[in-house]
Parts: sequence; C-alpha cells; structure tokens
Amino acid sequence: MNNIIRMLIQRISLGILTLFVVSLIIFLGVSMLPGDAAQAILGQAATPDTVAALRKQLGLDLPAHIRYLTWLGNILQGDWGTSIGNGREIGEVIGVRFANTIFLATFAACIAIPLALTLGILAALYRNSFFDRTVNVLTLSSISTPEFFVAYILILLVSVKAGWLPSLSNIRADTTFVEHLEKTILPALVLTLVSVAYMMRMTRAAIINLLSQSYIEMAALKGVRKHKIITRHALPNAWAPIVNVVVLNLAYLVVGVVVVEVVFVYPGLGQLLVDAVQRRDMPVVQACCLIFAVTYVLLNLIADVLSILTNPRLLHPK
Amino acid sequence: MNDPSIQSSTGPSFEVSKTRQLVRVLLQAPLSAKIGLFIIFVYIFVALFAPLIAPFGESELVGRKYQVWDDEFLLGTDNLGRDMLTRIIYGARNTVGIAVITTVFAFVTGGVCGIIAAVVGGWLDQLLSRVVDVLMAIPSLIFSMLLLSIFGTSVISLILIIGTLDATRVFRISRAVSLNVVVMDFIEAAKLRGEKLAWISVREILPNIAAPLAAEFGLRFCFVFLTISALSFLGLGIQPPTADWGSMVRDTADLITFEDYTPLIPAAAIMILTIGVNFVVDWFLHKTSGLKDEY
Repeated sequence: MNNIIRMLIQRISLGILTLFVVSLIIFLGVSMLPGDAAQAILGQAATPDTVAALRKQLGLDLPAHIRYLTWLGNILQGDWGTSIGNGREIGEVIGVRFANTIFLATFAACIAIPLALTLGILAALYRNSFFDRTVNVLTLSSISTPEFFVAYILILLVSVKAGWLPSLSNIRADTTFVEHLEKTILPALVLTLVSVAYMMRMTRAAIINLLSQSYIEMAALKGVRKHKIITRHALPNAWAPIVNVVVLNLAYLVVGVVVVEVVFVYPGLGQLLVDAVQRRDMPVVQACCLIFAVTYVLLNLIADVLSILTNPRLLHPK
Repeated sequence: MNDPSIQSSTGPSFEVSKTRQLVRVLLQAPLSAKIGLFIIFVYIFVALFAPLIAPFGESELVGRKYQVWDDEFLLGTDNLGRDMLTRIIYGARNTVGIAVITTVFAFVTGGVCGIIAAVVGGWLDQLLSRVVDVLMAIPSLIFSMLLLSIFGTSVISLILIIGTLDATRVFRISRAVSLNVVVMDFIEAAKLRGEKLAWISVREILPNIAAPLAAEFGLRFCFVFLTISALSFLGLGIQPPTADWGSMVRDTADLITFEDYTPLIPAAAIMILTIGVNFVVDWFLHKTSGLKDEY
C-alpha cells in the first residue's frame, strides 16, 4: 500500500510540474509577441505617453516573473483577465463555453467508448477473419478522414436531405436540456466516428497481446470454456490497457472538438479559441489554451494513475 | 525478400534483377497496397503537371461566384468565381507540397536529435527527452494554434511550427529504435576505432533503423497533412489566394445546405490521399518484420 501511495504522489507531483511548465510556456510565448497589449488596445495612433500610462495601469512595466506570478495567481482565484477584442471579462464567457465543450465530449464518449470496446474485443477474438479485415480497412479509412469531411457528409445526409436534425448547434442560455441534447447529436456523432477507430485498434491490440500469453493457452488446454477464459483470465489483466485507451481518448475528444465545434457553430471553447486566434486576442487565447492543456494533462495523469491501480505490476518498473 | 540470384549476380545485371524484384514485390502486394500506390502516383503526377492539366490559372477569376457544375466549369466556381477544378488541381501541389516539406523538416530535426540522444546519452539525452516530454504534454493542435497566433499565419511559420511539434514524436521513435542498435557490438567497435559521432550515426545506425523510420514517415505525413488541412479549414493555416484543400472546404461550406456537393470534393481529396498512404504503410509494416504491427 505504501508503494502505491508513494507512486501516486510521484505521479501527481510530476503532473503538477508539467502543468507549471505548460503555464510558463503559454505565458512566455505570449509575452514574446512583438508589440504589447497596451499598444494593441490603443491602436497604432496612440501617443507614447498614453501607451506608457496604460502599460503602467495594466502592470506591463513590471518584470516578467512578477507578471507571471500575478497572472497565475489571478487565474487560480478565477480572474482570467479581460478580452482585448470586446473588453469583457473572460471568466464570464469561458465557464459556459467550457461546460458546453465538456457536454459535447461526454456525449460523444458515451457512444464511442462502448462501441469501440465491443468492436475491438470482437476483432481481437475473431482476428484475421473477414470481420477483422473489414474492420481493419474501415478503421484505417476512418483514421485518414478529416473531421470536417465526416461532418459535412452527415450534415448533407441527416439534416439537408432527410431533415431530421438541425445542421447548426446554436445553443443559448435559454436552450432547454432536451433541445441541447438534440442539437448536440450530430457533432457528437462526428466525434464518435473519428475517435472510435483509434480506440478500437488500441483495444484490439491490447486484447491480442493478452490472448497470446501462455497462461491463456494453459487455460484453454485444461479445457476452460472460451467465454470463461475471456471473463476470468483475460479481462482482469486487460483492464489496465483498456482504461488507458478510454481516458486517453477522452483527452483526445476534449481537444479534438475544435474543428467539429467550428463546423456546427457549436458555442464551445474550441470555437472561442479559433475566433480569438484570428483576432489575436491574446488573453483569450492564453485562457483557452491553458484550459485545454490542463484538461489534457489531468486526463493523462488519471490514465497513468488508473493503469497503475489496476495493474500493480507497474509499481515495479524494470 | 532475400533472393539468392541477387547476391550472386554482379555488375549491370544487378540493376535489372533489382527492378525485377521490385516489380515482383509490387505484384505480390495486397489489393489495398496497390490501390494506395496508385493513388499516391496519381497525386504526384497531378502535383507535378498542375499548370498543364488545369483549365484555368490558379487564382484567376473566371466566372460568377458559386456557379453550378456545367461543361465549362466541371466542378463549378467558388465563393469568388474561381474554377473549382483548377484549384483542386493546384491544391495537390500546395497542400501536399507543404505537408511533405513539413514532414521532411520534422524528420530531419527529430531524427538527428533522436539518434544523437541515443548515441551520446547522458545529460544531453536527459535534456532533449525532458524538453520533448513537455512539448508533448500540450495537445499539438492547441499548441500550434497558440504558436500561430504568436508568430502569425505565414507558410514558413506553419511549416516550422507543425514541423517542430511533430519532430517530438519522430524524436521519440528514432531514439527508441536507435537505443536498440547502440548496444550492439559493432557500435562499440566503431567507437573504439575512433569513428566520429556523425559517421556512427549515418553509417552504422541509420541503415539499421531505416525500415521503422520509413513507416513512421508515412504515418507522420498523414498526421501532418490532416493537421495542416484542419488548421487551413479553421482559417489559420495556408492563406488565400493560395489554392488549398482545407481552406477550399471552408470557402464553399455554405453550399452544403443547398445540397451542392462542391465542398465535399476538396475534403475527399484530402481523405483519399491519406487513405492511400495509410494502406501502403500498413502493407510496409507487415512486410518489415511486423514492427509496430498492432498499432
């Protein structure tokens, strides 16, 4: 038990260190920009005096490490700063946007994960069969497909031709839950289609790897029934890789939403980020990147920890 | 693969049997790999001879905007009245060209650093590996958007940013496969002989890791190609008036609500090439000792 706790503390502190470095990169990257925020707010016509005054007011005349610590401190207290584009508090917008993104990613995960695990296990059990080869070609194709292609095909078939679902996901504050769900179906389906393939291939590889172990052969030789081999012998050892696949894909989903959100004009964090990058609204870019990066790092950390918990052998690395 | 007739043959006949062997390997390839190779050759052909094939100039305004498909404009016109077919053809040159340059850049930087880290080891290896760890901790699409908003969206910065971010993955794999080679006796012998780092890397290690790296090149190309297309689609990648498939989808996207298939064509162009490359890589992986067979 001590080992586990030590390992957990090690992993978590490594994660926190990564987060720290990531925030440093995001901060330093933006402060390397030619020109500064004061200039950007006031425009080219501003006199040097007014720029200097605003610099002082924004705290831009302070040394970089103090600005970094203030920036980080403010964010930890929930103050994300103000957008250069429209002067609004970033914190007001970003919470709702992030909630929308999480909603979309969770929705997609609820369809994608069971589907991918089932297909992966089936392909592994019937490997080299016609089913396996078909699935292999299909997943290869699906990995190769840009998200927007899948998205527009679905829009064409489901909303333009059949007219079943709306092609735009214009979600506002007064949208009811059912409506929200309905408008998220198409984007979630697109995310499912592009992420299932990868998850399924990883599951298949993990299971095949397991089934080639000698203790599985031993079980088969002593006459254990096939479904028993799977449920009693293979699955307990398969949890670690499968959990890993699932969590890594959640990370992929949260980050991979960007293109899908833009296609469907879904008001999520990705859409906000794309708009901000186009307008070079750096405080918003920083905030969005930080949230995406933190989510990604945290999910990876969870994957790490879970796979150690489900497979104690990982506690003793060779 | 090891044909005895090749080893015994000498001089000019060597070339002949090598070509013949290549043809034989290609004929024995599974259908999917043949399709993949065919697709890649068609794209290379179109990219090389784009000005000869295309009916109009790359960003020439030739008609009204959003014209439907007819005899003059086989695929209609785009949002500014430029011929879609022409721009698709030129897109093979621009989009694929930029993706290839980026991948090569990623391979040169990542590969060189990976091999050197494996050979030299010690603090250099630690330093490079930790830097790569940090770079890979940030999701690459998000990171490239951050960097693009800092450095601006020119083709040069696009190539450098995507190339550098992708070099991290090349670094990982080239370091990992080199580490297996570095422990071999012939490397030890070369070191004792007093060979230089560059000689060891190029003459001793590179030939031994060429196969997995070649497969990785295909996979990385697909990844880079899709990333650049996604960024262009978001309006952050290749900028107008350069004809590019990702931004063409974006420009004509509104047509989809009128049951017009135009925006699907550049998107399909992206997909078909990626599938082709993936088919070939898949076959290649099976042929070369099943390395990374179960990806």
